[in-house]
Amino acid sequence: MLIYIIRRLFYAIPILLGVNLLTFTLFFVVNSPDDMAVSQLGAKYVTPEAVQLWKKKNGYDKPLFYNSDAAGSGTVTETIFFSKSLRLFAFDFGRSESGRDITTDISTRMWPSLAVALPSFIVGIWVNICVALLVVMFHATRLDRWIVFVFVAMMSISYLFYIIGGQYLLAKTWKLVPISGFHADGQFWRFLILPVLVGVVAGIGAGARWYRTLFLEEANQDYVRTARAKGASEIRILFRHILPNALIPILTGIVVLIPSLFMGGLLVESFFGIPGLGSYMLDAINSQDFAIVRSMVFIGSILYIVGLILTDISYTWADPRLRLD
Amino acid sequence: MKTNDITQHVKPLRCFDWLLLAAVLMFLTACGDAPWNNPQQPSPDGLATYQSMIISTPPKHLDPAISYASDESLFTMQIYEPPLTYHFLKRPYELIPGALSSLPEVRYLNSSWKPVSEDDPSVAYTQYTLHLRDDLHYQPHPAFALDALGQPEYLFETAAAGDRYRQIPDFPNTGDRPVVSNDYVYAIKRLADPAVGSPMLGFMSQYIVGMEAFSEQLATVPREPWLDLDDYAMEGLEVVDERTLKITIIGRYPQFLFWLAMPFFSPIAPEVDRFYHNPGFVDRNLTLDWWPVGSGPFIMASNDPNSEIVLERNPNYRDDFFPSEGAPGDLEAGLLADAGKPIPFLDRAVFRLEKESLSQWTKFLQGYYDRSGEIHSQPAGLFDRAFQIGANGVELAPELEGHNITMSPDVQPAVYYYGFNMRDPVVGGYTEKKRKLRRALQIAFQTEDYLNVFYMGNGIVAENPIPPGIPGHLEGEAGMNPYVYDWVDGEPQRKPIEYARQLLAEAGYPNGRDELTGEPLKIFLDVQSQAINNTLMSWIVRVFSHIGVQVEFRPADFNRTREKMLTGNTQIFSFGWLADYPDPENFLFLLYGPEGPLECNCDGVNNGNYANEEYDALFREMRILPQGPQRDELVARMVELLRYDAVWLFAYYPTEIFLNNSWVHNNKRHGISRATLKYVRVEPEERAAMQHLRNQPITGPLYGAALIIGALALPAVLAYRRRQKATARHIQE
Repeated sequence: MLIYIIRRLFYAIPILLGVNLLTFTLFFVVNSPDDMAVSQLGAKYVTPEAVQLWKKKNGYDKPLFYNSDAAGSGTVTETIFFSKSLRLFAFDFGRSESGRDITTDISTRMWPSLAVALPSFIVGIWVNICVALLVVMFHATRLDRWIVFVFVAMMSISYLFYIIGGQYLLAKTWKLVPISGFHADGQFWRFLILPVLVGVVAGIGAGARWYRTLFLEEANQDYVRTARAKGASEIRILFRHILPNALIPILTGIVVLIPSLFMGGLLVESFFGIPGLGSYMLDAINSQDFAIVRSMVFIGSILYIVGLILTDISYTWADPRLRLD
Repeated sequence: MKTNDITQHVKPLRCFDWLLLAAVLMFLTACGDAPWNNPQQPSPDGLATYQSMIISTPPKHLDPAISYASDESLFTMQIYEPPLTYHFLKRPYELIPGALSSLPEVRYLNSSWKPVSEDDPSVAYTQYTLHLRDDLHYQPHPAFALDALGQPEYLFETAAAGDRYRQIPDFPNTGDRPVVSNDYVYAIKRLADPAVGSPMLGFMSQYIVGMEAFSEQLATVPREPWLDLDDYAMEGLEVVDERTLKITIIGRYPQFLFWLAMPFFSPIAPEVDRFYHNPGFVDRNLTLDWWPVGSGPFIMASNDPNSEIVLERNPNYRDDFFPSEGAPGDLEAGLLADAGKPIPFLDRAVFRLEKESLSQWTKFLQGYYDRSGEIHSQPAGLFDRAFQIGANGVELAPELEGHNITMSPDVQPAVYYYGFNMRDPVVGGYTEKKRKLRRALQIAFQTEDYLNVFYMGNGIVAENPIPPGIPGHLEGEAGMNPYVYDWVDGEPQRKPIEYARQLLAEAGYPNGRDELTGEPLKIFLDVQSQAINNTLMSWIVRVFSHIGVQVEFRPADFNRTREKMLTGNTQIFSFGWLADYPDPENFLFLLYGPEGPLECNCDGVNNGNYANEEYDALFREMRILPQGPQRDELVARMVELLRYDAVWLFAYYPTEIFLNNSWVHNNKRHGISRATLKYVRVEPEERAAMQHLRNQPITGPLYGAALIIGALALPAVLAYRRRQKATARHIQE
């Protein structure tokens, strides 16, 4: 397995390089260093000298990919691509366009993201599995059909609707929870109730319906009939027999997400005022802060690759017949 | 056997139930008597805390040499104290001494630096002598802390040595010292330092003697780990003594006094600059850009720009008192109730980042924010929620009834406009025909409707470039543009659309068609993508269709639109200008010929490339004159020229109404200065009582939800039990 993991990590290098190059190219096609300077300097008194000064101060006064004025390795290293993008491989994220240290910001902001994403993720999966198993128990009944109808309706509704509806009802009208905010103190959980609840409820439709399909496939297998014939209760059949056998596709969908939980959610964090990495990314996009965007995309790529490797490993745990070679 | 099975498998659910119960109990216990939805941390006992918000985006820069945005000056202007400031209440805006004991003394010098009289044509320089107050003191800060030997305590050789300090409050020891004149000189030198990257460098280099040379000199100097700017001299700056300094500028530029009221000229202590250049500090965001150090009424207590910024009262702040005079009407409005009382009234001010208008509005209504906003450009959604159009025009929304909310209307010292490119072959030019074409378009564009439809009436039609509150702005018939309006029954009335059609025909476009080619007249509007939408486009198309003119929109992002304006590749463009200082010069230079991008081949602000020799000559004369009737005359003539030449399609002055909860006092808005937090007073007891009253939780839905879940679960449980008891045949069926 170790060799497999090492091999996968080596595969990751060209993928990361490609992502890096693509992000860099896309960003500079729509946004030249001069544009970035003007955006950062504002609309007033932006003289060409001020633009040059900003570019020099922020390291954007070099050529993009090839520096013909430099000698030796400098032709490659003294370029914007090398200094701004390739340095990410050494986890040197540098500073944002407004001068803040990105590593410090990321390490500070990942905890609020995790505080919201982790409970939403765990509770969401637990609720979805329970609901799906419950529905499977009543398969082919009128109740089943109604619940599936509700699932489809729930998954058709925009996530924004759940957020705004949740805020309007629970926070504004009934005044049960704060409408938004976050404090990293002993009371932080008060701010998590609403986003977690919204996240879980919004995910039930799609999640439970997907799990129901997986479970139904298993529910018709011979071993289920055998278990039932042996007198096992429905709950035992569902949790002890069907669930473990349906784990492979479930793990495919969820394990890959685990590392990305650090990255937070763009919408949730923005609407609920959570100072996490999701809103960090959104702010960076809005303010055209390329330094933050490329760092976040790079981290996102790494976490996704780690997630895929973890998924493969989890298969061996869920199904002992599988081996990673 | 069967029973045991069920018990086994039900157990995890019961554990979860206990967990749920514990969570609910924790929730209920934690909430206590306080409202459940309170998003604020409890304020330290006995401290008058102001609760406010930062809307949408956190401030990017708090270094006074770099910061140039109004959301940033909301903080810098509370922490720093520039030499001059503005009177809080008086209108038109009035400059008063801030850190100075009196207004600067002004001397005029010839090219040999000999004093000459003000009106002497040989004036080559203007020298300002600034006398500081003797009670200015910096806030307590670790940069001023000294060890037993009298040396700075927190200077580190390596990054590792200072690694344990992550934020300014982590430093156990602080010190302070009086503000001296060299600190102001040092601050101006920082403006010139290319490593600082001040946006003012280019502009101020035109005025302050020696600034450009100083900047060029610094560009070549090695600066590791820190460059002491005191080792280098700038010709135009002189420290006379600890309380006196002189600044010499090139030529005459009376508006320089206004710049002295901006954060760029706030004092910077060299030891603070040295402190923030400690190795490794920048990697932990320990910089002057995030932890400002000043002598103003407040200090930065905590700074998480992604979440919350907290200011606290500066214990070393000088003696300062609430003004005893105001503008007409201020006494009646109760704005002088605190006259003569020591300020600031607040002990703390908490600004939380709010991105969504629903949250902003809800928290304001629930009493968790004291005011509906701090700076202009509040989201339109907020206004829609607060007001509705009633029988008497704009009225407060019903949900605000009983809240005792007060309103602070404010006209921004700004002008937004659609300008003509005067070099465009169709709409540009200075012939009578071209003027008539532009006037026809001006009349057709129903600015009053535009403001009502898209801004709920929040704006005033601009008939000249100078907004209200700025000298040179005229009201009534004298302020009316006679080429677009008629004075009827004591108010301006837009000329009829038939007159616009007639002008269009005289311009060579009868019924909107070129009289030579028969082609329909089509105009092109360059707008920023985010400033246009389908509804607005339809509206504009409709108003011009009344005179048979077709419209094509060319939306683009900010940079592309700017590029088009700089290269003259535009016909009609949108632009806006927020005043730096309350002087007509700051608006009239938007149309000064040499400021035209095609004229100067630079990033000039005269985007329409308007060129009128008389206007330019008047501008040059006006800009160096002091306030007075002679200057007003020149301004009036310049405005007349702009109206005659019809340089803008339409323009308006943006207005905004801020809302204040009843426990906040002294809410008068200041369009130019943000240094007004020290005047704000809150009544925490009233706020606590109102928060309690407005936020009683409604628990009925909780019980209702539990009942619904129970009602749904019961049939499921019954069905499950029935299924468990059923025979194989039943299950099969």
